[in-house]
Amino acid sequence: MSHSKMKSAIDSFLKGQLSRRDLLIKAGRYGIGFAALTKLMGLQVTSALAAQDFDWKKHSGTTIKLLMNKHPYMDSMIAELDNFKALTGMNVEYDIFAEDVYFDKVTAALSSGSSEYDAFMTGAYMTWTYGPAGWCADLNEFIQDSNKTNPSYNWNDVVGNLRDACSWSGVAGDAPGAAGSKQWCMPWGFELNSVTYNQRYFDKAGMKPPGDLVEMTDQAEWFTKNSGSNDWSYGIGTRGSRSWATIHPGFMSAYANYGLVDFENNGGKLKAAMNSQASKDFHKQWVKMISSSGPANWSGYTWYEVGNDIGAGASAMIFDADILGYFFNGNPDNKEAGNFGFHGFTPNPSASAPTPNVWIWSLAMSNFSKKKDAAWYWMQWCNGPENAMAGGVKHNQVNPVRESVWASGDFDDKIRGTSPGYMEQYNSSIDGSKIHFTAQPLFFETTTEWAAALQEMQTGSNVDETLDKLASKIDRMMKDVGLA
Amino acid sequence: MKINRKLFPYVLTLPALLVCVGILIPFFTAVYYSLQRYNLKMPHMKGFIWFDNYVSIFTDPSFWNTIKVSLTYTFFTIIIELLLGLGIALLLAKRNWLNNILGVLLVLPLMIAPALASLIWRLLINPNFGVVNYLLSFIGLDDFTWASHPDTVLFTLIMVDVWVFTPFIMILLLAGLRSLPRQPFEAAELDGVPEYYKFFRITLPMLFPFILTASLFRLLESIQQFDIIYALSQGGPGESSMVFQVSAYLQTFQYTNIGKAAAMMVVLWAICYFLCHVFVKQWHKLKIKTKGELLQ
Repeated sequence: MSHSKMKSAIDSFLKGQLSRRDLLIKAGRYGIGFAALTKLMGLQVTSALAAQDFDWKKHSGTTIKLLMNKHPYMDSMIAELDNFKALTGMNVEYDIFAEDVYFDKVTAALSSGSSEYDAFMTGAYMTWTYGPAGWCADLNEFIQDSNKTNPSYNWNDVVGNLRDACSWSGVAGDAPGAAGSKQWCMPWGFELNSVTYNQRYFDKAGMKPPGDLVEMTDQAEWFTKNSGSNDWSYGIGTRGSRSWATIHPGFMSAYANYGLVDFENNGGKLKAAMNSQASKDFHKQWVKMISSSGPANWSGYTWYEVGNDIGAGASAMIFDADILGYFFNGNPDNKEAGNFGFHGFTPNPSASAPTPNVWIWSLAMSNFSKKKDAAWYWMQWCNGPENAMAGGVKHNQVNPVRESVWASGDFDDKIRGTSPGYMEQYNSSIDGSKIHFTAQPLFFETTTEWAAALQEMQTGSNVDETLDKLASKIDRMMKDVGLA
Repeated sequence: MKINRKLFPYVLTLPALLVCVGILIPFFTAVYYSLQRYNLKMPHMKGFIWFDNYVSIFTDPSFWNTIKVSLTYTFFTIIIELLLGLGIALLLAKRNWLNNILGVLLVLPLMIAPALASLIWRLLINPNFGVVNYLLSFIGLDDFTWASHPDTVLFTLIMVDVWVFTPFIMILLLAGLRSLPRQPFEAAELDGVPEYYKFFRITLPMLFPFILTASLFRLLESIQQFDIIYALSQGGPGESSMVFQVSAYLQTFQYTNIGKAAAMMVVLWAICYFLCHVFVKQWHKLKIKTKGELLQ
């Protein structure tokens, strides 16, 4: 009896007629624990999907194989995977690799033309390599085919900037999402690059989060100079390793906020623009900030070190992925968990709003898969509204890519409850967020060289000369492939 | 089954021939790719460009920096490891229980994968919580830049390499020392020859073939070092620790430029071949010289 009443309560909850708090109260009344409740919710969502006018069982008995990176998004997908299996009768196998080696594995698997994996996790930038090389399928063929896509899948519910960022025409200099773009991947979860700061430290210093890059530099310097008798070691954490991953988070977000570009596009011919006077001025400011108040071993810093330091209380603030702050804030193993504030950051005093460069964990389909239709079933379920909601509310799928999840009161309650200021940071940043790089096939070469140049400048090389050298090197690289 | 006497020698060499083919196929594939414009992300541009990849890398100042860094790294690791390995081997040459235990303990770093050793060292030299930095703070060196500055990065990488691989040299030289004939030493002792004279005129010449063998092994390993360098500096800051393997790795896996990476590896092979050739030639010369000296 209580079971059927509970099912009807979950139904009302899924239709938005019942709040999460009321649902939990009802569950408590019927003696149903949280774990059982989430299981019941999963079953109920599955039943709702199964009732659609769509043949979810079409590929029953088929096994697909996924190539995945170890990540909380993946954990939330695995936690719900039984529902997909029950819904479709399909079996799903997966290999999981740590991020250090993950993209090498993807490159090796795809470049060999292996059909072992049907779908895989990727970043949007990677598809600038995989797409034109013919390694991943154009998802437009599936998204627009009503025979293959279930009626509640609502592609337009996915944040527009993110949909665009995952598509590209393959023509160097064309903006992602421009006419003629192919949908090389679908967004699954994403990161906005904003400021996460230690509220306790800022309160002690009597400071508010920085208003622009100059103020950020001053604040970071203050924290570094006053680190001796305090808990923190230095002012500002950003990435610094010799990798493309150093350029795309805070650095590119700030660079774009100053209206600066990586390339000038002259009718498909690209010219490196890192050595414009405005860019040189920006680099000087950035290098000054890192040199005076970044970590001592900055050139080895990846997201991992940046996150660990804010979590351990070594840094006063970071300018990096917002979800990094979110995860470290919520993990009680971190010394400073619960003390973080989030801030949509506008580095340029003349700019009106933040312009975070986005990193998008996405799902792509291998072009060598022999089970593309079956793989698409998994992809539309994984990225579908029901699973996105479950990921956002029940698990740690932050940031979800669907507008409906952000608009949901339950998700809002959850985020505000665990990370105050996070929603405000998101709302102030999302409109200006996109991929601010010029889409071109040598993305990894050019950004790695850029990171190497940044390291040289941070260790004392002349900024103007280093940027001139960088630009001429990049122009030579573009010329070698006929793009300059 | 009886095998024809004429065929028998060929049958015996068959396994070696198979191994040789197994090695040569990838080698010639690399040479073949090095002559092509072959970038996985631009399949439409694939085609023979003959020596353009070689021209491209030889006219790139970064490549000459890579050669300089690779050779510097190799030279210093071999010299330091040889000196330390020889010193430790001499100290442990006498067989007793303490030396036997120390011999086993000193080999432990060799049993750790170089990549893991690098991660251990990364923690040890971390400026926030590293033990080494803490100890250095007592002598006012707590802000030593380690792998974070072009001036100190090679020192740091060489230090880790020395920590991992000195035991390898030590084992080889210890085995060599313990296998040396006793008679020359006994004769020298009877004649009251000073210790330094015994070392430079008897021990060292007889040990030279072992030293050369150990050096050759380390040379090949060192010039192709990847794990330690990638884990600690990724070739940075800037280009200051960029070596062949890291550069080729980036070209292959991040830039998918197979043609250029293959050209780099062929150049590395040529350097290795040349250095090995010099070493082996010297080894033969020394072997003859050592025998001659002993006979005199």
